[in-house]
Amino acid sequence: MFRLFISGRATRVLTSSSTRNRMSSKSRSKRKPDQFDFVDKGANDSDSSESEESVYSGLEEEPDTSEEDQEQSSDQSDNDSSDNDDDDDDVTLDDKSGLELSTEQRKELSTASDDELNEINDQRYTGNVKSQNRKQRKQITVKTADRPDEYDYDSSDEEDIRNTVGNIPLEWYREYPHIGYDIEGNRLLKPEKGDQLDEFLNKMDNPNYWRTVTNKMTGQNVVLSKEDLGLIQNLQSSKHPDSMAENYQPWIDFFTHEKMIHPVTNHPQHKRSFIPSKWEKLKVGQMVHALKMGWMKPTKAKTEEEEEENFYMLWKEDEESEITRRYRAHLPAPKMPLPSHAESYNPPPEYLLTKEEEEKWQNMEPEERRMNFLPQKYSSLRLVPAYKRFINERFERCLDLYLCPRKPKIRMNINPEDLIPKLPKPRDLQPFPTAQAIVYRGHSDIVRTISVDPTGQWLVSGSDDGSVRFWEVSTGRCMKSITMETGSLGNMCIRSVAWNPHPDVSLVAIAMGQTVILVNPGLGDKMVTNNTDNVLHSFSPTEEESMGKKVYADWSSIDTSDKRFENGFRLLLQHPKEVSQVTWHGRGDYFASVMPKGDSMSVLIHQLSRRRSQNPFNKSKGMVQCVLFHPVRPFLFVATQRYVRVYNLLKQELSKKLMTNCKWVSSMAVHSGGDNIIIGSYDCRLSWFDLDVSTKPYQTLRHHKRAVRAVNYHRKYPLFASASDDGTVIVCHGMVYNDLLKNPLIVPVKILKGHAISHDLGVLDCVFHPSQPWVFSCGADTTIRLFT
Amino acid sequence: MGRERRKKYEKGEATAFMSRNQAINKLQLTLADFRRLCILKGIYPHEPKHKKRVNKGSTVHKTYYLVKDINFLAHEPIINKFREFKHFVRRLKKAINKRNKDAEQRIRNNKPKYKLDHIVRERYPSFQDALGDLDDCLSMCFLFGTMPQGARVHMEYINHARKLTVEFMHYIIASKSLRKVFISIKGIYFQAEVMGQQLTWVVPHGLGYQHPDDVDYRVMQTFVEFYTTLLGFINFKLYHSINLHYPPKLELDAATPVDENEENMTEKERYQERLSALSQTLRSLDEGGGEEEVQLDEFPAVETDDPDRVEKAKVEAEKIKKLQNLFKGLKFFLNREVPRETLVFIIRSFGGDVSWHKSVAVGATYPESDESITHQIVDRPQTKNQYLSRYYVQPQWVFDCVNNTSLLPMESYFPGATLPPHLSPFVEEAEGDYVPPERQALINRQLGLQEDSGVEEDEEGSEDEEEDEEEEEEEESEEEEEEPEKGRGKRKRKHETEAATADQAKKLNMSVEAGAPENFNVEQKLQRQTMEERRLAEMMIPKKKKRLYDKIMFAKKKKNQETRKLKEKREAIETQKKSESKKKKKKQ
Repeated sequence: MFRLFISGRATRVLTSSSTRNRMSSKSRSKRKPDQFDFVDKGANDSDSSESEESVYSGLEEEPDTSEEDQEQSSDQSDNDSSDNDDDDDDVTLDDKSGLELSTEQRKELSTASDDELNEINDQRYTGNVKSQNRKQRKQITVKTADRPDEYDYDSSDEEDIRNTVGNIPLEWYREYPHIGYDIEGNRLLKPEKGDQLDEFLNKMDNPNYWRTVTNKMTGQNVVLSKEDLGLIQNLQSSKHPDSMAENYQPWIDFFTHEKMIHPVTNHPQHKRSFIPSKWEKLKVGQMVHALKMGWMKPTKAKTEEEEEENFYMLWKEDEESEITRRYRAHLPAPKMPLPSHAESYNPPPEYLLTKEEEEKWQNMEPEERRMNFLPQKYSSLRLVPAYKRFINERFERCLDLYLCPRKPKIRMNINPEDLIPKLPKPRDLQPFPTAQAIVYRGHSDIVRTISVDPTGQWLVSGSDDGSVRFWEVSTGRCMKSITMETGSLGNMCIRSVAWNPHPDVSLVAIAMGQTVILVNPGLGDKMVTNNTDNVLHSFSPTEEESMGKKVYADWSSIDTSDKRFENGFRLLLQHPKEVSQVTWHGRGDYFASVMPKGDSMSVLIHQLSRRRSQNPFNKSKGMVQCVLFHPVRPFLFVATQRYVRVYNLLKQELSKKLMTNCKWVSSMAVHSGGDNIIIGSYDCRLSWFDLDVSTKPYQTLRHHKRAVRAVNYHRKYPLFASASDDGTVIVCHGMVYNDLLKNPLIVPVKILKGHAISHDLGVLDCVFHPSQPWVFSCGADTTIRLFT
Repeated sequence: MGRERRKKYEKGEATAFMSRNQAINKLQLTLADFRRLCILKGIYPHEPKHKKRVNKGSTVHKTYYLVKDINFLAHEPIINKFREFKHFVRRLKKAINKRNKDAEQRIRNNKPKYKLDHIVRERYPSFQDALGDLDDCLSMCFLFGTMPQGARVHMEYINHARKLTVEFMHYIIASKSLRKVFISIKGIYFQAEVMGQQLTWVVPHGLGYQHPDDVDYRVMQTFVEFYTTLLGFINFKLYHSINLHYPPKLELDAATPVDENEENMTEKERYQERLSALSQTLRSLDEGGGEEEVQLDEFPAVETDDPDRVEKAKVEAEKIKKLQNLFKGLKFFLNREVPRETLVFIIRSFGGDVSWHKSVAVGATYPESDESITHQIVDRPQTKNQYLSRYYVQPQWVFDCVNNTSLLPMESYFPGATLPPHLSPFVEEAEGDYVPPERQALINRQLGLQEDSGVEEDEEGSEDEEEDEEEEEEEESEEEEEEPEKGRGKRKRKHETEAATADQAKKLNMSVEAGAPENFNVEQKLQRQTMEERRLAEMMIPKKKKRLYDKIMFAKKKKNQETRKLKEKREAIETQKKSESKKKKKKQ
């Protein structure tokens, strides 16, 4: 923005010149009267429509000044044009000085102009547009319009009543009679202002009241002309302020595409535009060479035959041998299974699924289903729809073919009968017990243990009810019953009974609590029983022997006067711990007792003839389950939880240790030959050991479903039996051959059932008859049974 | 002492296998390319015996390929083609994005192509190998051949597959090697015997196609790409084996007049259409030579040392010959509602003549009004304008005839009749399997064909009677069935017991009534005894075999259960039917 400072005369001149500028762009001839005829507005309407300068018609000269300020602030081009247009002498004279002055009082002027324009703000901004328009118009109209005398209207004696207070709020002058100062320093008095009533009257009477505005700088009332109003309206409706200005002037196209007379550029053509390209020449040369050499061939139009695949005889008969087979055995993918009846579109009715089956099929995972489709029945072929999963199944097959790992699998066609070992028929292995013959009833609690007398005539049984009963085998009669007195013993369970194997001695060892009682039952041959009593009676302890030796068990004989003597009690052996088992040596002089909790004293060997006890071991090797004497040789088998140790009693050493491979040994039996033993265990197994061959089981039998409680060999027949908690006694044929090269033959021959299971206990003990192929069993159902 | 310690996993299984990622890294391919290569080359993963050892101690699940396989793949020339193709795609994209039409066209014209001939040759060194692996190939080609046009699959694959399958069907017709057909709910199964190999394929029911979303069509396309190549070569070989022109040539080429339907087609299309009509025979290489009857040579008994076998083979050949000419001399006409292609294929494979209305498809040879037509295949309950000179039957009759190798009586296949169940010819009943009564009846008839055939011809009368008779028959058959069922199990025991009960039998002769229960008792006892013996014997099975034995027995038990279930179901249905028919009769 270029501003001129105007002071005194120079200012006035400049002002007039600038106004003149604008005048020149319009009809200037009419300018003069318009400028001074402020009152008679209506008459000048037509004129004033052209003159923008007559904005403040109410003022004498002021509009000029204000207008001039607007112009000055508007555009430089305007000033330029004004400069150009100024060929006036005054102006030329004063131009420079005016310009010089301008820097001094610029501020003053600018403040004034700012305040002045408060009310007609809109108008000022249009200056830019106006000036541009004016320029254009000038060009067009310059020639046409008559040029009037430019200096007609120049009035150098115009009074400038410019207010010089500057850019200050005018309230400051509210109290004063004047409104500011003119350029000379004289006060500018406020015009007369009536009271509200005057105002009102004025409002009522004056038809121009609505278009009267107050110039705040001077306090004068200004009546806006029609043009002014039009201008304001145009601005408000965001139109071109000059209603007469033409927005869409005709476009004059100087360079048309239709008619191009002159070249756009006038360069001479380059040389390379008419000389053949060297690069192309090279390229062509290369191509020609390639064509000559046959490297490049012209593209052939594709024939249809070419597009199609050509097949030929890929496999020729005689070339078969030439082909090297693939380097490895190829695993062909298994073929898809062929459809069954169920897949038919019209299957037999039984293949259709019932509702429950269908529901079950729907609820199953797709992988689990045996058929991957639901059988359907259609009454005719025309009704069969496309199978929805056809593409899916094909796709899955494709995936299987290339993603599924393959593995050679040998499909065995095994007849299950071949898996069963060829063994002789049980029928050929008779005799063995087959049916239950006698049931011995009488006990009121679990019968834990039984034993048969060496003649096979009597049977003794011990029960948890604290009684020992003697039965006649052949009749099932209870010949004698001894009820143990509880007394100080507390526990009255009979843990073990064992009949002396010697045929000339009638003695039964009974283990109950911490005592082992030797009882003469007084059954059978009187001679034998009397003899036994006599032998026992004639015993005289030898003092020396017992002296200085540790006593492991306390022997006490029972007097004939004792009431217990009547019952057959002969000797009592008081043990330090509870006795779980007693077992006799084959000759009947020695017997062993087992105290599982006895630590180093867990096995004691007692000699009947000398009435003394010895402890063969001075160290415990684990909890002893049971012990057995070898039938012919001086060996002792000691079964701990997992191992069976075989001790040579003469040499006092361990001769063998058998690995049972089971968790917990329950029972043990020795074959009459002494080279084979069987071991029953609580984990349902029965192991057969051949001592000559190995310390590991020759065969392990898992016949029983529950713990094996007792095992037993027959003394004469090749039979052994195992009793288990599942309530069965399984009798097996176990033939041991004299030929050492021949392995024992084991054939299960009979499953004997009869015992009921109570308290999770089934059969607790089983014993063979010494001479007959009979087996006795006792169980938790308080009965003893004989199977023959 | 001085021996160096061997490092683990440096030999043996650990070096024989390679995980998939290792393989991809080695071949420098993308996973997609690797898969394509595996499909084309027929390379599949292997399951190592000891996964942990192969995976160097880790138990992470991986897919393993044989190192040898991968090395074999590394030399495949197609890998280079894959790379070229990648390059091609990149260039093409560039040209398209630059809108360089010329370059685009040029690049498209130079699209790298690869051939799979050598792979076919490599994978199937002999023709028999190729035939043996043809089942999947045929099924896939038939599937693609019937697919509708769509964005999912390239048209060229579909057309190619279609062309090859038509050629293959022509071969089957010309060589008369179709053996079994079966309409399943999934599709129609065909089994043919080509050069001693059984080929089985399935053709989908071609209506109402739905493209599933969870199928990767690119994988299928790769398969089809290979399979079409394979099938092309096989067709070539097969055509030449029976002296036919390979791009098949129809017997009557230009002579046939142009149909109305064909007017809009090009020459090639028209030819293809005629070919796929399957109604014309193909031209042979040696004109008019004809097929020579091959007489089965009778080998001297010394060589084969089994005269029965020769006899059997002869009978078999006779049977096949009979089957091949099953429909010879019969003229069929197909109504428009029956699946034309399938039936034409079947009827022509067994020597019949067939035609259809000419508006249905190209290639009809005679019109419906032809008086010499013997059978018209109809799949609607009623038809107007019936000709008296011909039988009207449902399409299932054709299928059942083929599976029974004889022309069945048509009564139960008349239009509108309730069809007898359609049984699968692929089921071979083992002992203990469930045999549906209908099947059993068929087997019986085949065994004693002469006696029954006369009876059946006489069997014509009111439907009720027929039904009753059928029922009776079924009952009988059931009884027969039951007897052997029981007998099989008990026969052994019977033999065993015979000796034992000989004495008792003598006694029984004296008074029959008193003997019966005793006898029963003894039998039961014996049975119990044998059961126990078996149980005891089972106890002695060593642990190692025990598991296997248990498995076998479990499977057997399961199978028996199923058989029993089906039997019971059938019985229930029969009794229900009977009671219903009785009620009806009473009402009447």
